[in-house]
Amino acid sequence: MMANQRAEILPVVDLSDVSVQYNIPTEKIGTLKEFAIRRLQGKVSYKKFWALNHVNLTIYRGEVFGLIGNNGAGKSTMLKVMSKVLRPATGRVILYGKIAPLLELGAGFHPELSGRENIYLNGALLGYSKNQMDDVFDEIVDFSELKAFIDAPIRTYSSGMYARLGFAVATAHFPEILIIDEILSVGDESFRHKCEARIRNYQSRGSTVIMVSHGMGSIEQLCDRAGLLDHGKLVTVGDPKEVVARYRAEN
Amino acid sequence: MENQNRVTYDSAKQGPHALSELQDLFRYRFLLEQLIKRDLTTRYKRSVLGIAWTMLNPLGTMLILSFVFSNIFKATHSYPVYILTGLTIWNLFSQASMATTSGLVWGGTLLKQIYLPRTVFGVSAVGTGIVNVLLSLIPLILVMLITQTPIRITILFIPIPIIIAAMFTLGVGLLVSGLAIYFPDVADMYNILLQAWFYLTPIIYTEEIIPKQFAGLFFANPMYWIVRLFRLPTYFGVWPQWADIWPALISGLSALIIGWFLFTARSDEYSYRV
Repeated sequence: MMANQRAEILPVVDLSDVSVQYNIPTEKIGTLKEFAIRRLQGKVSYKKFWALNHVNLTIYRGEVFGLIGNNGAGKSTMLKVMSKVLRPATGRVILYGKIAPLLELGAGFHPELSGRENIYLNGALLGYSKNQMDDVFDEIVDFSELKAFIDAPIRTYSSGMYARLGFAVATAHFPEILIIDEILSVGDESFRHKCEARIRNYQSRGSTVIMVSHGMGSIEQLCDRAGLLDHGKLVTVGDPKEVVARYRAEN
Repeated sequence: MENQNRVTYDSAKQGPHALSELQDLFRYRFLLEQLIKRDLTTRYKRSVLGIAWTMLNPLGTMLILSFVFSNIFKATHSYPVYILTGLTIWNLFSQASMATTSGLVWGGTLLKQIYLPRTVFGVSAVGTGIVNVLLSLIPLILVMLITQTPIRITILFIPIPIIIAAMFTLGVGLLVSGLAIYFPDVADMYNILLQAWFYLTPIIYTEEIIPKQFAGLFFANPMYWIVRLFRLPTYFGVWPQWADIWPALISGLSALIIGWFLFTARSDEYSYRV
């Protein structure tokens, strides 16, 4: 009991004063030739754009945390900072636990390779070893319901089949931190339920889930806490219903 | 429960880029293996002859070139072997250094979504190149037998020029692909440069036909030394001397070190750019 209570207050993701800045060239310079000419003329200038602006946030073990906000508010940037893809310009990101990001539909698959080969390729991209993939291979095939097609090149797969395979590979290992960026909007109804069931199962075993969604319904239903981002600033964090209400009021 | 609260990532703590990249690459060695396997199997996946093309490709080029130039190089003994030895090591360099850039373009969508060691595409491209060289040794030995070129024990030396060529290729490939992230036209420029470089290196012609006053052009060309180091133990059938080895070795090592340091120094920016 004590252990459980302790577990709940342990931080898994800790962002302190995190900013991410994009330099957007005021004019598009696509070639080295152009760059050299402009540089000589002293005409290279950038507009600074803060995708994340001094954000402080702590996410705790075992919670489902939702991020909402308009397009361009910085939701995806926040996930990227957490998953080591982007290094922040200011501040500090600390993770306590292995992170399992979900790839976009079809990313990291090679169309000419079979489902079987793609499972290994995709697992390798997510940082797993051969042995780790051998252990979960059958599990992945079962979960994705692709047993009959596993040796066919995946260019013959439908987009639903891609999504099933991608989700099955990414969640095959118990994730300490699971990152979900709108991924559940793909696949049919029954498979979506299966995915949600798996996420709940992991969560009950101690996983932390961080999700981004435009579906306010799923944020209210699934999340323990939610945060609202606006123009790179974290406006509010708290009860999902209140955060969603505030988001709706502002739009 | 206590051990669950270990730090797995801290953005404020980072060792030297060049070194941490090396550690990450080792951690992702299964990915390297998978990328090489993918390159080898998908290249000819939909063709009947499959991987045999890897061997037939230089053979075809060699046949055409020997046919076209056989009159000019009549005096050169076993001219087909001369060409093939040059082409084998040149192809490793040109193909793998180009593939580094295209690999990074393919990986670009991934680099925006998940963390990967950024050098993984370059290293896997060179790995694929090495496997291709090993495969093309089969037609090389065949052609040597057909043209009655003596195969000497010195052929055992060839891992050394292959390793040196791989180092040089990786260094150049990383430099070019690092630049190509910022400026896509660099890839096209490099392609043109490669063609000029091919003709500046004695691959299809012998160095004797070049007037003495231009010989300096060869000595400043790392690929001249690398091609030569591959030819000495195969085509010429002699053990390379230290004077043959060090110019190639220095070129390979310095290209690799410069390429690796420059590429990794900016690698945090790549996911902003690709």
